[in-house]
Amino acid sequence: MIKLENLSRDWKEFKIDDITLEVEDREYFIFLGPSGSGKTMLLELIAGMWSPDSGKIIMNNKDVTRLPPENRGVGFVYQNYMLFPHKTVFDNIAFGLNVRKVEKNEIKSQVEEMMNLFGISHLADRLPRTLSGGEQQRTALARALIIHPQVLLMDEPLSALDRITREELIQELKRIHQKFNITIIHVTHNFDEALQLADRVAIMKKGTISQMGDIDEIFRHPKDEFVADFVGTENIIRGFASDGEDSLTFVNTGNIVIESTQKKTGDVHATIRPEDITLSTDKVPTSARNVFKGHIKEIYDLGTIIKLTVDVGEQLVLVLTRQSFLDLELNIGKQIYIYFKATAVNLF
Amino acid sequence: MRRLDYTTIFFALMGSFLVLFILIPIINLMVSSNIDSIVANLQDSQVITSLFISVYSALIATLIAVLFGVPLAYILARHDFFGKGFVESIIDIPIVIPHTVSGIALLLVFTSGGILGAPFSKLGIVFTNAIPGIIIAMLFVSSSFVVNSAREGFESVDPRMEKVARTLGSGTLRTFFVISLPLALRSIVVGSILCWARAISEFGAIIILAFYPLAASTLIYTRFVQFGLSASTPVAIILISICLALFLVVRLIIKGWRTYDKT
Repeated sequence: MIKLENLSRDWKEFKIDDITLEVEDREYFIFLGPSGSGKTMLLELIAGMWSPDSGKIIMNNKDVTRLPPENRGVGFVYQNYMLFPHKTVFDNIAFGLNVRKVEKNEIKSQVEEMMNLFGISHLADRLPRTLSGGEQQRTALARALIIHPQVLLMDEPLSALDRITREELIQELKRIHQKFNITIIHVTHNFDEALQLADRVAIMKKGTISQMGDIDEIFRHPKDEFVADFVGTENIIRGFASDGEDSLTFVNTGNIVIESTQKKTGDVHATIRPEDITLSTDKVPTSARNVFKGHIKEIYDLGTIIKLTVDVGEQLVLVLTRQSFLDLELNIGKQIYIYFKATAVNLF
Repeated sequence: MRRLDYTTIFFALMGSFLVLFILIPIINLMVSSNIDSIVANLQDSQVITSLFISVYSALIATLIAVLFGVPLAYILARHDFFGKGFVESIIDIPIVIPHTVSGIALLLVFTSGGILGAPFSKLGIVFTNAIPGIIIAMLFVSSSFVVNSAREGFESVDPRMEKVARTLGSGTLRTFFVISLPLALRSIVVGSILCWARAISEFGAIIILAFYPLAASTLIYTRFVQFGLSASTPVAIILISICLALFLVVRLIIKGWRTYDKT
């Protein structure tokens, strides 16, 4: 278990401001935030590359705040791999074992096992500069994991990779997490990575944590505009909330009234995920509390899915599969009805 | 073929001036003496001794510069601290002051009664008119080459690479020797050879501090003053050949040394 207690550090343009949190054993924890939010520094603080100005870092009930990185038992993987350019793939992976003065044959067998696991055995004698991004990142992962760290820290590990390699590596990381039974802390600005990998997520903003929890929880119920923006909530509408019938909240946006199951009054933001909105060309009976009539304003073809902007008094974004888009024979200006449940409306 | 415009042609003509200005005297010098007199000088024990003194003293000066300059370069490359700019300027001072002035400054402290000369003379090390004097004169004027070049080398090593090595269990000193130093080695070697070549060619500070034993540059001067051009030219050619050979080695190292970051 890793515990951060009131951790703070202020250095040049980067800042960590009084962060307290716990990462459970074997948890896959992701810090999500835009660049400059202090994610990398937080990770480097946990690794021991910096000393905090104040606060504590506890690992397995031991205070490691002043321990140098070589004594912390953490693995570290950077976005740009940081392989040792003068060492072969084999020697890069063997580095941690060499430092520990492991016997030569033992090193050989362990490194070979690790290269096998990552499918990079054929690269053993190559220098890093001759490898592709994916190969370099696999080498970096093997190098970090061979010392069996208590925790694997990764700084934007997938950001320098192309889309296909990234998908492969995501599967690889899932596999590693299972196989090594390890705690992983991963920082990224990419929401999709969090969605696919994280058990829990913390959203970071300017050195503080804006929201922390289950990924689905954050995705559906962003706590403020920053989080909503960051996780890619496209429908954010301002309005005035008041108590309505059936213990619902009515949000008057000035143009329409949206119903939500969440209790709020006064000035609020309402968010609705595009995938929670359904659409039809004729009015159909529905249990959804929110039904609006409007017309199609914009159509974006994203390949397998189509994104629409509809104007129902407020502009809302929703998505359709290509097939339903074709079946409905939609075009710009066409009159439509949209539906969404009161439970799909998040208020903050 | 690309057509050259008038501006390029004009600038090239202007630029040739300096190239020729440097090249013509050197080539002229190289061909201005006959082989016989060069061979004769190579058999002259005074010439050989002075060449040996120059090359040997310069080598010692370079080793000292590396021993103390590399740690300094690493600190300058990795840390920001109060007074860093001051330290950097001090390292570069010998480049901007006249070498005879450097010699006088050194003489004042390294004469046997000087603040540094006195304690050393108790250890039996004398600087004035002795090889140690030649060495420190060379060290003073050429050590900045090592520091500046090594520093560039260390700056080109990503500090995150060192951090990764630390997380893998390598302490700071080991990380330095296993990661940072090998990756900066090319720059350190280049700086050292430049330092060595610069030390061999030093004259101004040496004649003030240690006229005797005669270093090669001092010998050329005395021969010129006593016997004229024809006596000094062959020695000059031998010395310049050594310096040019070192310079050639530097160029070859820069070109040929395996650079890890490029494909």
